[in-house]
Amino acid sequence: MPRRHWLLALVVLLLYALHQDFWFWRAARPLVFGFLPVGLFYHACYSLAAAAMMWLLVRCAWPAHLEQDSRGPAPEDRRT
Amino acid sequence: MIPALIVLLYLALVVWLGVFAPRKARHGNDAEDYFLAGRSLGPVVFLFSLFGTHMTAFTILGASGHAFSNGIVTYGLMASSSGLVVPLGLFLVGTRIWAVGKKFGFLTPVQMFRDRWECGHIGTVIFAVQAALLVPYIIIGVMGGGTAIRALSGGLVPYWLGGAVVALTVMSYVFFGGMRGTAWVNTFQTMLFLSFGAIAVGLIGARIGGFPAAAEALLSSESTSALLSRERVSGAYFFSYTFLPLSAIAFPHISIFCLTARRLAQFRMTVILYPLCILAIWLPCVFLGVMANHATDIPGIAAKHEARQQLASDAATLAPQQRNQLRAKAAGEDVILLLLERYAPLWLAGILGAGIMAAVMASDSQILALSTMFTEDVFAYYGHKERFGDAAQVHTGRVFVILLTLIAYTVALKAPASIFDIAVQYAFSGFAALAPLVIAALFWKRSTKWGALAVTLWVALAVAAVALFQALVPASPPGPASVVWSAGGIPVLARTAAGTSVFGLLPVVPMTLISALLMWVVSRLTRPPGRETVRRYFGGA
Repeated sequence: MPRRHWLLALVVLLLYALHQDFWFWRAARPLVFGFLPVGLFYHACYSLAAAAMMWLLVRCAWPAHLEQDSRGPAPEDRRT
Repeated sequence: MIPALIVLLYLALVVWLGVFAPRKARHGNDAEDYFLAGRSLGPVVFLFSLFGTHMTAFTILGASGHAFSNGIVTYGLMASSSGLVVPLGLFLVGTRIWAVGKKFGFLTPVQMFRDRWECGHIGTVIFAVQAALLVPYIIIGVMGGGTAIRALSGGLVPYWLGGAVVALTVMSYVFFGGMRGTAWVNTFQTMLFLSFGAIAVGLIGARIGGFPAAAEALLSSESTSALLSRERVSGAYFFSYTFLPLSAIAFPHISIFCLTARRLAQFRMTVILYPLCILAIWLPCVFLGVMANHATDIPGIAAKHEARQQLASDAATLAPQQRNQLRAKAAGEDVILLLLERYAPLWLAGILGAGIMAAVMASDSQILALSTMFTEDVFAYYGHKERFGDAAQVHTGRVFVILLTLIAYTVALKAPASIFDIAVQYAFSGFAALAPLVIAALFWKRSTKWGALAVTLWVALAVAAVALFQALVPASPPGPASVVWSAGGIPVLARTAAGTSVFGLLPVVPMTLISALLMWVVSRLTRPPGRETVRRYFGGA
């Protein structure tokens, strides 16, 4: 596996670990924008980070070869 | 009654969209066109219909209800974990399902398993377990429809009629429109319920007296301050929930939807925008569910608070049946509807109600998936396709849609909703534990049909065991779990207020890990598929 893919796998693992935000576990304050508890705000930002990570994966590790692979098997390979 | 009329108009629009609009785009009447929309969905329809397929009645009603009782933890438990795991699963697994499906002409996951592992009847066992886990979703959809229409009409439309209207609507566009009709309806519905959240938050926030004041009031009360943090939930329990979204890649209706994309590139926008779509719908629902605790001027919400307080103070002295009754009274599935009824003008409540119906009616793709699976994995596999032809296969699929809808409607009228809430809870765990099956088929050359059979039987057994355990051992009162079995002072098996815990984790964690282990061990001990089969899937000489 290329080094770049190892780095991306690390990013994925890091984001997975960041889901367990024990540092905001018992805190409701500060209320972001005056009404959003900090734990909820953190996880809203987490969703944005997930979208950014998916953008990175699409940009750097898109499985383009699958498009080629999906093109026509030999007739005897087609099962249905 | 005005909101109910707007919802009925909306349902008529949905039928028109699902039945007539796709006809212009239809390419033929063969099975691939009916069941997979001819593998021709473009990027926008693919994103919205896939998202709409994954979101269910639980998304709006259940998420706000869960947040009403449990607080902001709901978002971390169910939304942000799904926002990471589901698009990642689509990126890694969904794209491969699409490629293999297109290459070999598969219409269902079981067709892939049969071909990949050179098996026949083992595929039928996988079909049976997948179907058994999927049926409760369809029943829940009918129940959600009946409940929502009854609530929106202020009780004027009875539950049985509301359920019948929803069942007929879904059946009509699935029957006539197939996958293309379902995808168009899902796209329209997803756009509607994505806009629901922002409108509802703006409207309710303005009328409730501003959210900052409401948040401060909740924090100043001892009974509600914990809802704004996660102090009531253990870290292990929170972690367990990250396993549940694995179910997405094993859900047959999601796998089948992956096969509908015209090109691989359709997945790009879907995986990037998926977490943002989750944010757009779940954040407002969870936030409004929590804030509903402040709306005690609404009699329905005040009654829920009373039931919750009684449950907390008298739980130890109450019989299990009384506890269940109080739990049902305190449950918050209808808080969004109550907020809309109180704070929204009638016409807007109707439009927002239509947004709720859009989420409730997600059972369409599950009905179509079961129909596709039955016709392909049973009807066609056991020789009827050759005997009667392609058209008979489509007719069989349509007859199956009618039968399934009738059965779901009949069961929805007779059975209490709580049974199926629990069944859906098992189904999520069951499909998550089936994820190693899909991953092994696509990524591990050495996996075998016997490994697949072991995983399938284990999942069926584990789901049945958890169901039996929860039926035999009554739910514990709110607070610490009742330990049923401990070893060396460590609690192994416990009954919680909402379910079961194993080593303090949800059952889905051991179920999934044991599935993966079984796949590895049994595959290692048995003969792999032939070289030619492995070459077709993984290349090489």
